[in-house]
Order: sequence, then structure tokens, then C-alpha cells
Amino acid sequence: MHSSNSSKPTPTPLPTPDLALCARGVDVYYGTIKVLEDVSLDVYPGKVTAIIGPSGCGKSTFIKALNRIGELESNMRIKGEIQFFGQNIYSQRVNLNRLRRQIGMVFQKPNPFPMSIYDNVAYGVRVFSRPSRSVLDELVESALTDAALWNEVKDSLTKSALSLSGGQQQRLCIARSLAIKPRVLLMDEPCSALDPIATLKIEELIRSLQQELTIVIVTHNMQQAARISDRTAFFSTDESQVGRLIETDATAKIFGAASHSRTRDYIEGRFG
Amino acid sequence: MTTFFDKQLTKPLPFSRNLFSYGMGTIALLLTGFALLALFSVLFEIFRQGLPGLTWDVFTSLPAPTGEAGVPTGFGNAIQGTVLMVAIATLLSVPLGILTAIYLSEIGKTGAIANTVRFVMSILSAVPSIVVGVFAYAVVVLATLFNYKGFSALAGAFALAVIMLPIVVLSTEEALKLVPRQQRLASAALGANSVQTTFKIVVASALPSITTGVLLAIARVSGETAPLLFTALFSQSWIETLLNPTPSLSVMIYNYSGSPFAAQVQLAWTASLVLLGMVFVTNLLSRFVTRKR
Repeated sequence: MHSSNSSKPTPTPLPTPDLALCARGVDVYYGTIKVLEDVSLDVYPGKVTAIIGPSGCGKSTFIKALNRIGELESNMRIKGEIQFFGQNIYSQRVNLNRLRRQIGMVFQKPNPFPMSIYDNVAYGVRVFSRPSRSVLDELVESALTDAALWNEVKDSLTKSALSLSGGQQQRLCIARSLAIKPRVLLMDEPCSALDPIATLKIEELIRSLQQELTIVIVTHNMQQAARISDRTAFFSTDESQVGRLIETDATAKIFGAASHSRTRDYIEGRFG
Repeated sequence: MTTFFDKQLTKPLPFSRNLFSYGMGTIALLLTGFALLALFSVLFEIFRQGLPGLTWDVFTSLPAPTGEAGVPTGFGNAIQGTVLMVAIATLLSVPLGILTAIYLSEIGKTGAIANTVRFVMSILSAVPSIVVGVFAYAVVVLATLFNYKGFSALAGAFALAVIMLPIVVLSTEEALKLVPRQQRLASAALGANSVQTTFKIVVASALPSITTGVLLAIARVSGETAPLLFTALFSQSWIETLLNPTPSLSVMIYNYSGSPFAAQVQLAWTASLVLLGMVFVTNLLSRFVTRKR
């Protein structure tokens, strides 16, 4: 199962409790327009999976289907099956609030809430419980420490989150997601609005988080995918403008000896 | 040394283009002056006529009976009435208006019900206030409330609330819509349900603009006269109950400004100044609230 996955898997839904996320034969539509076709992708627990591909290939759309946030902002519909540790997330009985608590998300642009740094991190915790101040203090500190932000903000926790720099804001958003202890963290081009130094910090952070967390990251930056991911999935479109998963494999294999010619062309900068 | 490029930069534009530009600038400035002239002449006249009558007695006394000199005169009861009725109208219209706006912006969105409510609200905001007064007269004044039938502060507050409601709804909806969708998504991604997102994130971030809308609505109804003529009427005494004819600054100005007695005309001018001051302070407050964050 951990071997090359480049040949198209059969679209039969399998019980896969050992996979963090498992997509089988997923089609995504906006209204009646099909934007993704027949995506079957495995996300291994404790690994970083990078999704790369040219603009408009449906990378962001796919990641937004994984925590069902896409259906909130548009008329997105899904066919096929996506499992989270063996549970179908598109089942009628799924509670979306519980699902999104387990599958966190960091967005393209840093989007801290217009409140204090402390309240930003505590927000997700307070949504589900009313912990005592000391418990909350500990949770906030450990989330900010995990997000490599604690030393920079420990003396200004009551200041507005909007006073932070862009890179700090994005790490705050990561801390905010970590505070509720998700099992999977989805990152939708988290560095695209950041400068190279802030980007480097986020990349180091992703590497350090990987021990306890499964990460799926969409990135425009191929070097980034090569640096930080264990596995890489390459999406692309054809003339019909419908996105497809072309190939998924260990990152070293994709960047060294990809099986598919389109993947090689993209990685060598011949298109996209 | 003058080069070709220097000449390119320093050569003046053709005379006709300069003339047009200066001409339009002058016309715009003149017309702005005209608009301000009208505004400032109103302000100037109110200050000139109202200021001499502005004493402490104005706030603490009742209007003196006509013909009696040397007695402290004022309109404390009218200030009391205006503040009271505007306060009750605010208590009635603000919770209702904000919840309606939340329905429009967060729940109903572009659905049939929301569109109908939005349409009705924009019509209601364009209804002349005298019509609202007649409506309140028919609904409240002619009805028996708490064993009382007739003109009352409650009826006046009801009429003012009807005028405030569409202003609060429409301005609050705009304020809620301005909260970036990214904020809502971030909240949802942390497992918050839509009620939590609405109140903890959307309303919280929109609060300064919502407050501005409410204060502007208050400023607007503070000077309404027509709806109060039909509902609160007027009285020469202090307010003791909500179920009696109630004085207000605007109706007082209306009644006294045409009076043959110079003392009453003077009171009307001073009342105008006080009302202007109250509206000005409310507006100032709304500026302060928005600038703070």
C-alpha cells in the first residue's frame, strides 16, 4: 500500500481506518460545472502531503472538500467518498462542527480575528468548552509555543492580533488551529502572502509539527513542496478545464523520477 | 544646460486646457460655498437668537405662564420628554432591528423572505414621518392600553421606534456585510456553529459600525415633530407617567415659534439651540465610537 500509487486506484470505497484521509473517485462541482474529476488520494497519518499543480487545477477546491468548508462559501458539491480515519465525512449524520474541530485549516491570507492575541488562540477552545482560566492559559501557551510564536508575543497577549506582522499573524492562525488539537491540519497556500523569511519560519514549523499531526498543504511553490513534504500529489487540468490528480507518490520520487510525463514537464518548469 | 527632455517637462499646457481646469475648479468652489452658506446661515441664526435665552433655568424650569415677568422660564419638561421617548424608541427598535439585520445578512441572505423584508424596510425608510404618526395614532392612541386611551409618551415612542427600525436594520445589515467572509470561514474551521460565528465574530467586529448606525438613527428621530403631534401631543407640566400627553423639544418649537408672545418665541429659539446641541453630541459620539478602533 505504501508503494507507488501512480496507477489509478479502483474507485471502490474501502474501509481504511489506518489512513488519515482517503479520497476515492471524488468529483467536485460548483453548481453544475465540474472542476475536479475522479480524484483518489491517500493521506498518511504523521506525514506531510503536498498538493502542487498549475493555477486553476482545483488544488484549493480539493483541500476545501476535505473539511467541508468549501460548501460554506459557494455552492460546492461532491460525488465520491472521502474518509477520515475510516469514517465517511460526507455521511448525512456527520456533525460539521465536530468534523472541522478534528480537521483544522489555515487559510491563504492570514485571517486573525479582530481581538487580542490571547482571545484568538482561546476562541476555538471556548467554542466547545468553558475551561478554567489556568487551563486556558496553559492551552494558549502551549499552542503558541508549538506555533513558534510564544517568545515573540508572551508579553503582549492582550494586544490586538492585527498589530502583528503578516508572518506572525499566520503563525497565530496556526496556533489558533493547534489549540483545539486537530488530528489533521489543512493548509491552503499558507505562505503565498508572506515574505521569504516568514515563509522559512512557517516551513520549519510545519516540519516540527509533523510528529503529532498530519498535514496536507497546497502550495504554488515547488521548492517548498520538495523541502517540507513526505508525499506529493500533482494535480493538473486538460483542455476540458477539469482538474485531475495526475500522480501521487513519495516526494523524492515525484521530484526525481516522476512516472508521468506531465508531472516531469511541470516540475522542470515547462508549463504551469 | 537645457536638454530636449527638460523642455518636455516644463512646457505649459495649452491655454484652453488650463482655462477649463481653473474654470471648473472655481465653479465647484463657488457652489460649495453656496451650499455651506445656507447651512451656516441656519446655524448662525439659531445661535444669534437662541444663545441670549440660554440660562440654567432653561433646563430646570417649566415654561412660565405668559405675561408673568421675573419668573424663571424654561423647558426642562420638553427635554425630559424628548430624552424619554427617544430612549424608549431605542429600546424598542434596536434589539428588533439588529436581530432583523442578522437574519437578513447571515441567515436569509438572498432568499425570498429576506428579499421581501429588505424591500419592506427600504419602503418603510422612505415613508414620510407624518404618515408614521397617523399610523401610530390609529394603532396606539385610539387603542386602550393599561386602562388608558389617548395621547401618551408610549405612543410617541412607538412612532419614533417605527421610524428608527428601518434605519437600524439597513445600516446594521451593511455593517455585518462588511465583515470579511474570511473571518466567518476561520471561525467555522475552528468548529464554531453559525450562531457562535455570528455573535462572537461577525457582530463583535461590526459593533462600532452598528453603534454608529444606531446613534445616527437616534439623531434623526430626536428632531421628529410630525409623528409626535399625533401621538405624544404636548403638555406644560413635568412628566409623571408614560400614559399622559408628553412634551418634546420638537413639538415645543413648533407650538411656540408661531406664538404672539415674545417670551415663547425666545424659548423656541433656545430650544432649537439645545436640540441642535443634543443631535451634535450624538453625532460626535458616533464619530468617536468608529474612530476608536
